[in-house]
Amino acid sequence: MKRVGPFLLERRLVPSPLVVLGVSLLAILAAMGAMAIIFSAYGVDPLRAYAVIARGTLGSRFGVMQMLRRAIPLLLCGVGLVLAFRSKFWNIGAEGQLLAGAVAASGVALFSGLPDPLLLPTMFGAGFLAGAVWGMIPALLKVKLQVNDVISTLMMNYIMIYIVAWLIHGPWKGPTMRGFAYTDTFPRAAWLPLIPRSMVHWPTLVIGVAAALLMSLLLSRTRLGYELRVAGESPDAARYAGIDFLKVSLVVMLLSGGLAGLAGVGEVAGIHHKLLNPLHISSGYGYTAIIVAWLARGSPLAAIITALLFGFIFAAGDVIRVTLQIPFQVVGVFSGLILSFLIGIELLMYWRVRLLPKGER
Amino acid sequence: MNWESWVISTLNRALAHGTPLLWGTLGEIYAERAGVVNLGVEGMMILGAASAFAAAQFTGNPWLGILTGGVVGGMAALVHALFTVTLRANQYVSGLALTIFGLGLSGLLGARWVGVPLDNPLPKLTVPGLAQIPVLGPALFQRQSYLTYIGIFLAVVLWLVLYKSRWGISIRSVGESPATADALGVNVFLVRYLCVAFGGVLAGVAGGFLSVEYRPAWTEGMTAGMGWVVIALTIFAAWNPLRAVGGVLLFSGLYHLAFRLQGWFPPEFLKLMPYAFAILVLAIAGLRGARQLAPGALGIPYTRGEK
Repeated sequence: MKRVGPFLLERRLVPSPLVVLGVSLLAILAAMGAMAIIFSAYGVDPLRAYAVIARGTLGSRFGVMQMLRRAIPLLLCGVGLVLAFRSKFWNIGAEGQLLAGAVAASGVALFSGLPDPLLLPTMFGAGFLAGAVWGMIPALLKVKLQVNDVISTLMMNYIMIYIVAWLIHGPWKGPTMRGFAYTDTFPRAAWLPLIPRSMVHWPTLVIGVAAALLMSLLLSRTRLGYELRVAGESPDAARYAGIDFLKVSLVVMLLSGGLAGLAGVGEVAGIHHKLLNPLHISSGYGYTAIIVAWLARGSPLAAIITALLFGFIFAAGDVIRVTLQIPFQVVGVFSGLILSFLIGIELLMYWRVRLLPKGER
Repeated sequence: MNWESWVISTLNRALAHGTPLLWGTLGEIYAERAGVVNLGVEGMMILGAASAFAAAQFTGNPWLGILTGGVVGGMAALVHALFTVTLRANQYVSGLALTIFGLGLSGLLGARWVGVPLDNPLPKLTVPGLAQIPVLGPALFQRQSYLTYIGIFLAVVLWLVLYKSRWGISIRSVGESPATADALGVNVFLVRYLCVAFGGVLAGVAGGFLSVEYRPAWTEGMTAGMGWVVIALTIFAAWNPLRAVGGVLLFSGLYHLAFRLQGWFPPEFLKLMPYAFAILVLAIAGLRGARQLAPGALGIPYTRGEK
């Protein structure tokens, strides 16, 4: 306990959900305040900017759909990252795992020759596997050779980006695309159905929500979930209890990478219908999902809400670019700011401020 | 092509390509020696690159550009220090936030300079006399950057400071066991702030080198993962400034040897080489048990008087 003037600061060990929510909202508000400076620098009145954003996103059906569309990959990657972060595996590689899934799905769609009804399920299966493999390599490297997981997962992103670039410029370059660096368009049977007049590929959205539910159950109700939490919260205790770190890391990255892979399937099968420039497939979903997961504070269910929030921010970025002529990178600035403020004021959650009784002031 | 020109061009290019990596790695070594991981190197480098280009273009003086890059990198690092040292936030997440923010802000502010060549890039240096030595002359002393030599000199100085001076003892003890250092009267918070800020200055200069000399131009995301390679090299060098020189040369040498394979492999495979190498050097470091050499309190925030 500390006395600061007439106030008493008390430590609390477990902040209540309400406090967590309040502090998170405070961080978002602080980031919005900081963004006001950037809007002003572009000569746009911040209040007008926020009004334009509100109208362009939540205020129209198109805006809401755009927000949902962006939230799908963020949710799938984010749920996987929540799992990884819970076990203290620093998976910064969702971007590469997403692209791996996109590559596998494109391969199946273009070259497998499977009968139509089998095409989409196989694409999802292959995408999950590819993302999982891409995620499990760093897990192996970490447990066997102590290779830092942040670096290895990140480097795997760059490697996958160049593999995609090679595929679309080389062996998979579509003969019908007249020299553009795309693959051919997928057959119709490999297209995901959309919510009418939108780009929301709803099957992927359903999978994302289901994944959040399943992972939440896995964490709270299964032995594996228990091992995963112990390995993350207290590695020494986990070692003492005989928990197999290799197994836990591999399973965590199987799921985390696999879910990101599914996100990649959704993007190519739902929106682009071909494999193309990696920057256009993903626009940084894998990186933004890190913030989605961190904001969700270890809860896969909360990731549904935070993914929607960042879906909103992406949609807002589009509105800002089109209506206010401020580059889309503003999304990165805003995301970085939210994350900064979030961890900056995290300490607040662990202190309760009370006014001292009259006599003791 | 004979072996001589292979060696010459590989060494020559490795020195140039390795310069920003060396500056960045030296900075990160100091931050981590004081116990603070800064994953924001990529962000600090790119902010340094953007601001250095802007300042060099605006003033016409490339050295002012480099200086500005260093100052901006240092300021960005101070934010990381505030979060991790004072507010005791998670060091990994704070660094990631810095990188995401830096990449976004530099892209936003730099948009107006994309495709604009720099009027006055940093001049190259050919060392008189030494450049005439056969093989070594053209490899090491022809058309090199001032920053390459300053970087190597800096590595020696930083090694001396770290291992042969009182300051070095303070820094290492703060990273190894802050409570003990505190008890002995070392200001843990001040040392951490200074080391993190110093690391940021070096990362900013590294970015400035890219935009004011190596290219010299501004492109969005021009650091292309170099900041992450820096963090890998810091581990590979076992947090030792002199070993950083060797690690950087090995890394950049491999990188340029890979470019010699042009024609046999598609270009995309050559481009992904550095990233594969970064994983490779960490695997080698893991085999040698380099992790055990990490500062004892690396990544752990220090709270005074708490058990």
